[in-house]
Amino acid sequence: MDLYSLTIHQLHDLIAQKEVTSREATEALYQRIREVEGKVNAFLLLTEEEAFHQADQVDRKIAKGEEVGDLAGIPLGLKDILCTKGVRTTCASKILEGYVPFYDGTVIQKLREREAVFLGKLNMDEFAMGSSTENSGFQVTHNPWDLQRIPGGSSGGSAAAVAADECIAALGTDTGGSIRQPAACCGVVGMKPTYGRVSRYGLVAFASSLDQIGPITKDVEDCAILMNAISGYDPYDSTSVMVEVPDYKRSLKRDVQGVRIGIPDEYFIEGMDPEVDRAIQEAMELFRKWGAEIERISLPHTQYAVAIYYIIATAEASSNLARYDGVKYGLRSKGYRDLMEMYTQTRAKGFGEEVKRRIILGTYVLSAGYYEAYYRKASQVRTLMRKDFEGAFEKVDVILAPTAPTPAFRIGEKTDDPLQMYLSDIHTIPVNLAGIPAISLPCGFSRDGLPIGLQLMGKHFDEGMLLRVAYTFEQNTDFHLQKPNLTY
Amino acid sequence: MKMDIEKVAKLARLELSEQERVTLGSQLEQILNYMDQLNQIDTTGVEPTSHAIPLSNVFKEDEIQPSFPKEEVLALAPDKEDDHFKVPKIIE
Repeated sequence: MDLYSLTIHQLHDLIAQKEVTSREATEALYQRIREVEGKVNAFLLLTEEEAFHQADQVDRKIAKGEEVGDLAGIPLGLKDILCTKGVRTTCASKILEGYVPFYDGTVIQKLREREAVFLGKLNMDEFAMGSSTENSGFQVTHNPWDLQRIPGGSSGGSAAAVAADECIAALGTDTGGSIRQPAACCGVVGMKPTYGRVSRYGLVAFASSLDQIGPITKDVEDCAILMNAISGYDPYDSTSVMVEVPDYKRSLKRDVQGVRIGIPDEYFIEGMDPEVDRAIQEAMELFRKWGAEIERISLPHTQYAVAIYYIIATAEASSNLARYDGVKYGLRSKGYRDLMEMYTQTRAKGFGEEVKRRIILGTYVLSAGYYEAYYRKASQVRTLMRKDFEGAFEKVDVILAPTAPTPAFRIGEKTDDPLQMYLSDIHTIPVNLAGIPAISLPCGFSRDGLPIGLQLMGKHFDEGMLLRVAYTFEQNTDFHLQKPNLTY
Repeated sequence: MKMDIEKVAKLARLELSEQERVTLGSQLEQILNYMDQLNQIDTTGVEPTSHAIPLSNVFKEDEIQPSFPKEEVLALAPDKEDDHFKVPKIIE
């Protein structure tokens, strides 16, 4: 048995029953990383010394006969946008190349309390801006299912590492689909929680009204385990919400009898890959067979999602990224003559092309004379989109749609056409704008052997329903058990 | 709509090369044209959404808590002097 290929719950059982130590599991993961990382390129940093230290602590506790929790000793990967005390955190940006935070983000602290093991930091699009991880300032990550293709983005390193068995599970972040779309591209499970469910403290900000941290895992049960660990109100994030967190493991039922599933007409668009369409239709039929009620619904403002998003997200980004000025941390360019040049040259040198594009766009839509036409208008249409969902959720419990219009595209295919790249987020963006939770799980493969993702969207704070419906699908199918072949 | 890219870049404190001005300019124009479709929608009287979850002020007890250690914070600074971040002269 290969320890690296296990899920959180499988490995936990072995560790708790003293059949395997956390050190052995951690060693197996690093061995796997050494074998396949040359092909996948998912990690920006490996933290072996600290990982083994964490593993040994768990092993000592178990040796003494102490009980440990379900994440104790489990080797995880972290998207490099999450602040880790004493461990370099770059957001895949040259402007943060040498940044070593002196504090842990809240989710990191929560995972530490549960004694998880951190293998290292995972690649991403710079500042989480992108859909392919090609915008990383440091390296391109390859899709484990086809190395010529993108792993999705922006949490492409996280999804690729989980799919390639380079970590047992990972954390990602999702501002417009950055957990779900890479999860779909790599054939793994990814959840974007309700806005406010998980603290953003220590998550480097991109678009603060949309960003959310969430799990990327090999199965739905692992997703529930990580959701239990990271959810909850945090006084350090004033947008986190004081709503009770249920035990998500209790949601893992194989039963969708009577669950009302809505199919939004607007998500089945022109340009959608026929194989994706077929896989989604088949999933729908399976749910019907298992006793769910399938209902067609309408979310009429869906077509405006990309336009709204790239106004609001870039506006927020232009403001959030103003902090990279070369004063308190990060890069400072040399050779400037005055303060203004210090700012403009530092930012010119430190930011990549996509980040510059979005800062310019965001600055423009907020600038005098254009604010009303763009930012205010987009915020109003956002209200209409939110109401679309409110109306739909009066009739249905969950909404089913594809996660992305196509399977993973080729590396380089869309890099010269930012608008085409943005349009690949059409199915995931509305969820962030409405603040609702959603999950992506594997539901099929294309003829070329590329994974296809099924997306389920839910009501605010109803992650439990998503987990139940996803679990039912997963336990009755075997898509999540398929693995890419990387040892050739 | 034509964007004065030089002006916007200045507002954003970004130095752009000639090449970047040309490429970004045409890409942004295409993106802004795409965004103009929002004008098809009548939003008269629609409240803007700035947060999807209704938010209200969150108050905390006014308690003194330790700050981050000064040395650790300053250790990250590109330039510093004594207990301060050092920047080029601002006032002539």
